[in-house]
Amino acid sequence: MKNGFEAAIVGIAAFIALMGAAFSRDALFQAHAWVLFFVLVVSTILLVRRVKFVSDGDSATDDTSGYMDGVVRYGVIATIFWGLAGFLVGVLIASQMAWPVLNIEPWFNFGRLRPLHTSAVIFAFGGNALIATSFYVVQRTSSARLFGGNLAWFVFWGYQLFIVMAATGYLLGITQSKEYAEPEWYVDIWLTIVWVAYLVVFAGTLVKRKEPHIYVANWFYLSFIITVAMLHLVNNAAIPVSFLGVKSYSLFSGVQDALTQWWYGHNAVGFFLTAGFLGMMYYFVPKQVNRPVYSYRLSIVHFWGLIFLYIWAGPHHLHYTALPDWAQTLGMVFSIMLWMPSWGGMINGLMTLSGAWDKLRTDPIVRMMVISIAFYGMSTFEGPVMSIKSVNALSHYTDWTIGHVHSGALGWNGMVSFAAIYYLVPKLWNRERLYSLRLVNWHVWLATLGIVVYASVMWVAGITQGLMWREYDDQGFLVNSFVETVSAIHILYVMRTFGGLLYLSGALLMAYNVYRTIRGDIRKEAPMGAPAALSPAE
Amino acid sequence: MSGKEIDEFTGVETTGHDWDGIKELNSPLPRWWLWTFYATIIFSVGYVLYYPAIPLINSATQGISGITNRQIVEQELKAATLAKSSMISKIETASLQEIRDTDELFRFSVAGGQSMFKVYCTQCHGSGAQGAPGYPNLNDDDWLWGGDIEAVYTSIKHGIRNDEDEDTRISEMPAFGVDDLLDSGTIRSITHRVLEMAGLEFDAKMAQAGASPFIENCADCHGENGKGDVEQGAPNLTDAIWFYGDKPDEIVAQISSPRHGVMPAWGKRLGEASVKQLAVYIHSLGGGL
Repeated sequence: MKNGFEAAIVGIAAFIALMGAAFSRDALFQAHAWVLFFVLVVSTILLVRRVKFVSDGDSATDDTSGYMDGVVRYGVIATIFWGLAGFLVGVLIASQMAWPVLNIEPWFNFGRLRPLHTSAVIFAFGGNALIATSFYVVQRTSSARLFGGNLAWFVFWGYQLFIVMAATGYLLGITQSKEYAEPEWYVDIWLTIVWVAYLVVFAGTLVKRKEPHIYVANWFYLSFIITVAMLHLVNNAAIPVSFLGVKSYSLFSGVQDALTQWWYGHNAVGFFLTAGFLGMMYYFVPKQVNRPVYSYRLSIVHFWGLIFLYIWAGPHHLHYTALPDWAQTLGMVFSIMLWMPSWGGMINGLMTLSGAWDKLRTDPIVRMMVISIAFYGMSTFEGPVMSIKSVNALSHYTDWTIGHVHSGALGWNGMVSFAAIYYLVPKLWNRERLYSLRLVNWHVWLATLGIVVYASVMWVAGITQGLMWREYDDQGFLVNSFVETVSAIHILYVMRTFGGLLYLSGALLMAYNVYRTIRGDIRKEAPMGAPAALSPAE
Repeated sequence: MSGKEIDEFTGVETTGHDWDGIKELNSPLPRWWLWTFYATIIFSVGYVLYYPAIPLINSATQGISGITNRQIVEQELKAATLAKSSMISKIETASLQEIRDTDELFRFSVAGGQSMFKVYCTQCHGSGAQGAPGYPNLNDDDWLWGGDIEAVYTSIKHGIRNDEDEDTRISEMPAFGVDDLLDSGTIRSITHRVLEMAGLEFDAKMAQAGASPFIENCADCHGENGKGDVEQGAPNLTDAIWFYGDKPDEIVAQISSPRHGVMPAWGKRLGEASVKQLAVYIHSLGGGL
């Protein structure tokens, strides 16, 4: 009875969700339980339709001797789907900043859509990209099939359920008000279960590897999985008011809460968005350019440097607050010392191209990787600069921070994920090559232009805000009201929306390209790097 | 797994590892990278020694400098207060007219008043003091409670219809419609009489019918010619400035069930010197007399 067990489990879970709705202590929990019930009932029906009551001996569909790639294929598609959703919400909230009339109460105002955007791009898009690529990479570099059989499928579907519950919770107004950790206690518990399963699959595969050493990409992936588990558990430690209600109270309060939150928030950047994606870079860059990794020694030193230093840098988010001076000092100096360990990854990525720089002309995927690493380098330099107290005095609370985050997220995380997707799709679906490399090139330039517009207008906006907020006249009085600083940057908000649109349109091209590739189409086009057809000068 | 080999392009030896076709060069750490890393560490050690940094059991090291953020902000605030203190004390004792006539006090008060206006007043009166429907424009010369500097000062200090201040400015127009003081036909006639006085489009017949009810019901406050009365906060009905709209229906609504604006009494919250600065600033925008 294939799938019978799974169908039964999900069916029971749906019943429990229904009970949750029936006995809920508050309306929000009831609404959320109904959402869960609906999702689980649909899943049960889909599973039941796939139950095979008699073994038909057709188990060759998922070869047990080779690599387990079905879950990676799903992961790639989920990555693209959530990416598009996240970018679209991003464009929408950017528009809301420029035109406040677009705030639609209560479900679609900025306050609820903003966490939807950040969670969709970081955890749904980034998380799926990391899970999918880590499952692919760990199998290839360990010469071993994923450990735990269908546990990998549980990780994939469990993670999608987490995303759906988090996203619907935000729209309903359920939040514990911790940035990047908004879901309430019951969604947090579910993510913990899924994440432990992820660790078991990944570490189990490493344990049964047939290679003598563990490849550097896997060090980064493993550090990402372990550290995110630790961050998640500590920052979300809370006591629910009722097991049938949404509200919970954090174990921390006051400045301890703030520090715990930014220890979490900063290391979500450090281990989710930096270490995890470095793992991605360390596999796909050498594969795509077909060159050895530049320096094994550098990879060791910068890995441990990154791991040891990143975890202390969180207090730089709380400069000039109630946080004691000593903690601010340490947050700043650890951020500065982090500069070179971060750049070790950039050097190893870029220098791996030595001997293959000509590929920049012919391979837009390599172009994408190089742009991604360049943005990584810029953001990891900008970060330490912004952590310096006197710089932070100007940049904090301004849009400079938003620009910084997006040059990292759009430039580094987005571009390296797109490159990995372009690398993976023909291999996962057994296609000769991508549908169109020229579309990839369009994607590269649309996305790059979008990021450049976004980051530069946010620099201008942020520095404008920072200078206007601190402007005193010759009599010693503040010159500007807050609303004057808002109207001064309105045009920049409009341009930021435009930058986001460019980035979104690039991602739409990717979705189309991937769709056609999976269908097995190949576009007739002149190869990249071929001399352009010149028209004779008159 | 293959043995160590020399990479042809770079001439560097590989480590001999091979994962899915990926090899690694055994290049040394780039010198500039290593020295910059050391430099950041040396800087950090120096910074840690200079500023409060290392947590101990009940406190933390204070650093060679002993400088903390709190000290810096305390000193800056003290310096700022000190820099203003002589002006502030002069303003406290000087009369409003003296402030206006003394160049340095006037400049200081306009700057300070403007800064405070942006914190406390823009929410209703707008960042350019331009007002909004129901909230007066402070740039024009139309003043409900008087536009000379003393009147402006009193309005700010005691507020408008403020429960917490005994000396607050207060006036209340009867709700002629909802309290059944006048029938709807009369209200409409008065409306047309008001439109006539304001020089707006009106119905002559109705305006004529509204003339004597206007005298009986409205002239006590608004005056026989509708010019208003600042002693009672009664608006001038003959100018082009309309708080709640100049359309016939809007005027009917205001006669029938009047809305009354309120304003906080800032005297207790901000203190004498601040209210004086605000009064001087606002008077400089569009004060009458």
